[in-house]
This record gives sequence, C-alpha cells and structure tokens, in this order.
Amino acid sequence: MIAELGHYALALACILALAQAVVPIWGAQRQDAAAMAAGPALALGGLLAVGAAFAALIWCFVVNDTSVLAVVQNSHSQKPMLYKVAGAWGNHEGSMVLWVFILSLCGAAVAGFGTNLPSALQARVIGVLGLISLGFLAFILATSNPFGRIWPPPADGQGLNPLLQDPGLAFHPPLLYLGYVGTAVTFAFAIAALIEGRVDAAWGRWVRPWALASWGFLTLGIALGSWWAYYELGWGGYWFWDPVENASLLPWLAGAALLHSAIVVEKREALKLWSVLLALLAFAMSLLGTFMVRSGVLNSVHAFANDPERGVFILALLAFYVGGAFILFALRAPAMAPTGVFAPVSREGGLVLNNLLLCSILAVVFTGTLYPMFLDILTGEKISVGAPFFNAAVAPLAALLFAAMAAGPLLSWKRARPWPVVQRLWWVALAGLGAFLATLAVSGWNPLPALGFGAAAWLIGGALADVADRLALFRSGWRTAIARAGGLPRSAWGGAIAHAGMGITVLGMAGMGLATDRLAGMRVGDHVALAGYDWRLDAVEDATGPNWTSRRATLTVTRDGAPVTVLRPERRFFPVARQNTTEAAIHTTVFGDLYAVMGEETDGRAVIRLHNNPLAPWIWLGAAVMALGAGVSLSDRRVRVAAPARRRADGTQPA
Amino acid sequence: MSEAVPPPIPRRRRWLLWAPLGVAAAGGVGFYAMLRGLSSGSYDPRGVPSALVGHQAPAFTLPPLEAAGLPGLAQADLIDMPRPVLVNFWASWCVPCVIEHPQLMRLSRDGVPVYGINYKDKPADAAGFLAQRGNPFARLGRDQPGRVAIDWGVYGVPETYFVDRGGIIRWRFPGAVTPELLRDDIQPLLRRYA
Repeated sequence: MIAELGHYALALACILALAQAVVPIWGAQRQDAAAMAAGPALALGGLLAVGAAFAALIWCFVVNDTSVLAVVQNSHSQKPMLYKVAGAWGNHEGSMVLWVFILSLCGAAVAGFGTNLPSALQARVIGVLGLISLGFLAFILATSNPFGRIWPPPADGQGLNPLLQDPGLAFHPPLLYLGYVGTAVTFAFAIAALIEGRVDAAWGRWVRPWALASWGFLTLGIALGSWWAYYELGWGGYWFWDPVENASLLPWLAGAALLHSAIVVEKREALKLWSVLLALLAFAMSLLGTFMVRSGVLNSVHAFANDPERGVFILALLAFYVGGAFILFALRAPAMAPTGVFAPVSREGGLVLNNLLLCSILAVVFTGTLYPMFLDILTGEKISVGAPFFNAAVAPLAALLFAAMAAGPLLSWKRARPWPVVQRLWWVALAGLGAFLATLAVSGWNPLPALGFGAAAWLIGGALADVADRLALFRSGWRTAIARAGGLPRSAWGGAIAHAGMGITVLGMAGMGLATDRLAGMRVGDHVALAGYDWRLDAVEDATGPNWTSRRATLTVTRDGAPVTVLRPERRFFPVARQNTTEAAIHTTVFGDLYAVMGEETDGRAVIRLHNNPLAPWIWLGAAVMALGAGVSLSDRRVRVAAPARRRADGTQPA
Repeated sequence: MSEAVPPPIPRRRRWLLWAPLGVAAAGGVGFYAMLRGLSSGSYDPRGVPSALVGHQAPAFTLPPLEAAGLPGLAQADLIDMPRPVLVNFWASWCVPCVIEHPQLMRLSRDGVPVYGINYKDKPADAAGFLAQRGNPFARLGRDQPGRVAIDWGVYGVPETYFVDRGGIIRWRFPGAVTPELLRDDIQPLLRRYA
C-alpha cells in the first residue's frame, strides 16, 4: 500500500512538474503576474509530492517490505538500520528518486529564498527547474520504477553490496547529488538570462550563492568518496582517475570556474557570456556523469547495472537539455555584449587566468576519460588511459593554477601594478622555496612531492598574506587589525579559507607522494620493518559482526621499542552477498596514517600489506576546509541582501 | 586592451558560438553509437579481447627455472598436446598471483596441465615462492626480460590463457583466477575442448 502511494506521488509530481515547466515561463513571456506567481506554489507542491515518494521508498526499506523488488535486490532484514535507510538510495532506482528529491528541494529553495528576485526571472528559473524535474520523473516512471512489486515475495532480501555498507558511503551520494543538482539551479539561471537576453551584475550576484553551495557540496561529496576508497578498498590510494571519479571532477572544475567568473560579472559586468557558458557546461558535465554511470557505456567499479534502454532515455534527456541550451546560447549570445573593460594585469585578468587553467584541466580530464570510449566505437581498438597520463597532463596545469592562486586575490580591480603584490608575497615565496628545499634535503631527490610541499606553503601563506593585507596587519598593528577583522566581508574570509583549504589538500597529496609500503607474508610472531617502525604480527583470529564473519589480524607497531599502536585489519565475509571486503586498520595522527591491510592466508602465513602514508588525513581535511570556505562565503550579508535588485525594479519587463 | 567599450561580437566570429553545440552533438552521436553497440553486442566496455584468441601462440623459447627442477617452455610444447593446457603469467612480487595460487594448485591436482611463465622475476624469489606455497606448474619458462609477455600482449600479471589440444589460444583472462572464474569459465572450457 505504501509502495503504491509512493508510485502515485511520483506520478503526481510528474504532472506538477509539467505545470511548473509551462505556467511560470508562459506567464513571464506574457507578463501575467498570476501565472508567474503560480511558479513558487507549484515548486512547493512538487517538493511535497516527491518528498512523499522518497519517504515511502525509505519506509519500504526500513520495514524490509520484500514484496518490493528494489528492497529484495538491495536490502536484508539483518542489515543495521543506517544501511537499510542508505540502501534506499544505494541502487539505480532509489538514487534517481533521491536525485529528483534534491532537485525539487532546490526548486522550493528558489521559490522560498528567491523572493528578492525579479518575479519574471524567478518564474523562468522555477520553470526551467520544473522542465528538468519533468524529464527525470518521466525517466523514473518509464524505465526505473522503484516501487515495482514482486510476487510471491521472497522470505528475505539479497542484501546490499557489502562494500557500500559503510557510514562514509551512506552519506556520499546525498552530498554528491546536492552538488550535481545544484548545478541545475545555475543552469536554470543561465537559461533564464538567455531567454531575457541580458546578464548584469545582479545576475552574477544571484548565481554566485548557488554556484558556491553546489561547489561546496560537490567538494564534500568527492572528498567523502575519495576517503571511502582510501580506507575501504584497501589499495592505499586516494584517487584512481577512474572514469566515474573523473565524471564527478568535471562539474567540480566547471563549478569552480563559474563561481570565480561570477565575481567578475558581479563586480565588473565582464565575462558575462563566458559565465553563462560555464553554468551550462557545469550542468552538462553533471548530466554526462549521470549518463556514463547509468547507461553501461563504461567499465567501472561504480557503474550501475548496464541497461542500454535507460541509456537511450538519458541520452535523449541530455540532448534536449544540453543541446537546447547550446542552441539558445548560440542564438542569444550575440546580443549580450560585454561592457566592463580591464587590463591584462588586474583582478579580472587573474580570474580569467584561473578560468583558462581550470577549463584546460577540465578539457584534459574530459578528453582522457572519453577518448578510450570513442576510440573503441570508431576503430574497435581498446586502450586504457590511466593515472600516468592524467598525472602528467594535469600536474603542470595545476602548478600554474596554484602559482596564480596566491597572487590573484592581491591584485586590484581593473588595472593592477605587479610591484605591490611582490611586496606582499615575497615572504610567502620564500616559505614555498624553503618547503621545497627542506623536502629535498629530508627525503632525497623527490622533485614532485617537494614541489607539492612548496605549492602547499605558497597557497596557505598566500591566503594568510591576503587576510593580513586586508586587515592592514603589517601597516597599522594588530589592534587595528582585530577591529578590522569584524568588518571584513565574509566572502573575503571565505575565499581565503577555501584557498588555504586547497593548500592543505595539496600538503596531504605531497605527503602521500612520500608514502612507503611493504607486502609481507607473515606468520604469527614475525616482525617487519617499515618507515622506522617495527610491525609485529601477534595473532590472526576469527571475529563476527551483525551480518558478517571475519578473519582479524592483530599487529603491534613499535618505534625504538616504544609502543605506538595496535592495528587490527580484517577480511570480512558477508554470507548473504557471498562477498569479501577488506577492512583496513588505520592509525591516524597529525603526521599521517599507519595503514595495514590483511590479505589471503596460506600455509599459516597471512599476506599483510603495510603502508606509511605521511600527512594523508590532510587531503580530506583540506577539502572540508574548502567547503567551509564556501559556507562562510555563503553567509555573507550581501548574498542575502540583494542590493542590485533595485537596479531592475522593473523586473517584469520582458527581454 | 583599449579603454573603449568593446564592440559587439563581429558577425564573422559568431560561428564560434555554435561550437559548444557542435561538440555536444558529436558526443551525442558517439554515445548513441555506443548504446546501439551495447544492445547488438558490438560494443562491450568490459571485454578485453586478445588479438591472439583463435590463433597459435607466438614463437618463443624460454629457459627453465633451474631451482624448481621443471622443464622450460617453448612454442613447440604448445602444439599437438594430449589435453588442453592453461598458460599462466605470474611473478613472485604480484599480490593477485598469491590470491589465485590455490586455484592453480587445485587445477594441477585435478590433472590439468598448467604451464607457467615467470615474468620479470628474480629466479631465487620465484623458486622461494613455489617452495613456500607449492608448485602447480608442469612446465615453467623464465621470461626475465618480459619480451615473450609483450609478444603475447599481456596486460599485467597474473594473466591466464587457455590453449586447446591443437595449440590454438581459445580464451584469455587478465587478473587473478578466482574460484568463481574457475567454476564459470575454465571448467566449461575444459569440458568443451577435452
């Protein structure tokens, strides 16, 4: 009964989305205030309907209703409650419902928080969001019904993939989807601007919070996924350039470029067309990721069951949204001439450089990810483009980006003189050089990690120099600086925090560049030396959990005779899914991770892999700091008080 | 850049505005072809076909691993055999090789000839590996420079080939031989080509 109600709510949401796509846009074109006002109401109604469907789906998983096919395929009565709930979106059908649920949350947010938008703009944005909802709801209803029944109901479910039974992964999809779907809002703003035929400072100001929020959630989602891969897959790495990882990186890069170029639109009314294009691109990239994961066109650990029929449907949606947007762009763009002018060396110039570099990285990752697939379809040749290509191609671009990142915020608008920037950054440059040389001195000839440490010092120092400069710390003393700190706009704090967060992540990556590991077949009582530590295998024994059994090794780690930690890596066996997982044991300190993985046992020896990962936790901590920067910037007063709205008080005026 | 307000985009450069659509359309056509290929079977992202399937093994002669006391391996050993054989590329330094080892031992106990090619390994390490874990191989060639692996088109170790009695390569799998693979792929092949 609950399942049927959920299905009905989805159908209702589909009809509401159709109304939401048609009525407000029609009203905006006709300047019909009543039709425009229907937009927010319809968006809220849509949220209620999709929310009801989502709640019904979670209910089916929580009570383990085995007459629902999705529950049978992905859940089991013995599973802990958190993973029963997470199981609702741990599969193709459920994750699509979550996707649409977040999209309707965004639509309702535009309806609720967008009261300061001109009503025509708000109506158009809500209308475009309704159009996107409509497509994906139709997709769910036509090809991926999550409420399909199975009769007779089996005694119990088949369980969720044990790799996914992990707190990190329970929250990875919702965060990532908040990011992906957030790009739909900036996309809707771009389409609305193209329909109206104008982009001005106010548009930049309205788009920026959405770009910030979506980018912040994407950052968290990607970091959580990477962290999960690090501790759960047991390979000891944090990024594998897997096509699906790349698919999440592409909208992140486009979003990062967009939130920077939107600053230029807001402050200087330049880069307008470019920002619109980036907003379209960010959503196109997040749809591309959806398509690649769900259509079966690529081979990846992340891919859902391959189903070409669903692929054709998503491709049609992609063609409609992306193709339609690009046609509108080509038709409308010539009318939107740039107005702001600036010298190459200026804050705008720095942000253009940022955009060029971010988009170059995007192009490299895009090409590297799609090239093997297109080569296969064109020539039948199978190749794989892996980490060596991406590392070699991305590293120089990232180095240039980092070099510019510290200097950019210190440039003045319109036309900047290089000398004052050098005056403010010379000590940062010295710190970077010092970190580079110190790494070489300590670790020998390891140029890449050394460059990484140099870049990290440069980025974190650059962020500090930026804040110090804004507070006039060195010119007027710390008392004045503290007084000024309260008055500094939150967006300035946010930018500096996010840049420092990038520096922290680079610090962690540089540390991982110095990681060492060792594979050993150990008997109980054997010692292994790695990275100055002595690792002793004390025991290998059986253990049991709620829905698994495991073999657990106990390793005592000592340094110069002093105990450091006891690590207990496991190999878990999930009888219901007939699958093994490795549970790495990790000892985390501020200086890094000691990491142990247990492998197979043969002839009384256990295969144990030991890693020393210096500074590894800082990779994800840095990502959290970046997201925090986005959050602080979002809390800026100017984001909420839309001052430029007055400039277009005649908001109902058509294009 | 001049201080004057820049003129609107000149007409002759407007075609650039259509470039995003062009790229997207080309991508869309490619993806559509992939989806068509998926349903017709002509496109399979998971398949890793070997150019050698359906052909004789390339010519090679490999020296034996003295410490193991086994004969070496050459192309001549893979022609006109009484039973089909498995050719397994492995190394003592490779973790998945440890994982697949029990399956190879089981095949060997069941009387299936497993020929090993020891890839880029030190003879002492390879001999130690076999002494410690047991030796599933009936013949063992030593490919220290890795040249034969290149001729066979090996992706990485472990990699296993199924060679029928006439010496034709019928199947190849890159990666560790798991119990499931043994049951679902190798044993049916053994029955089919027995």
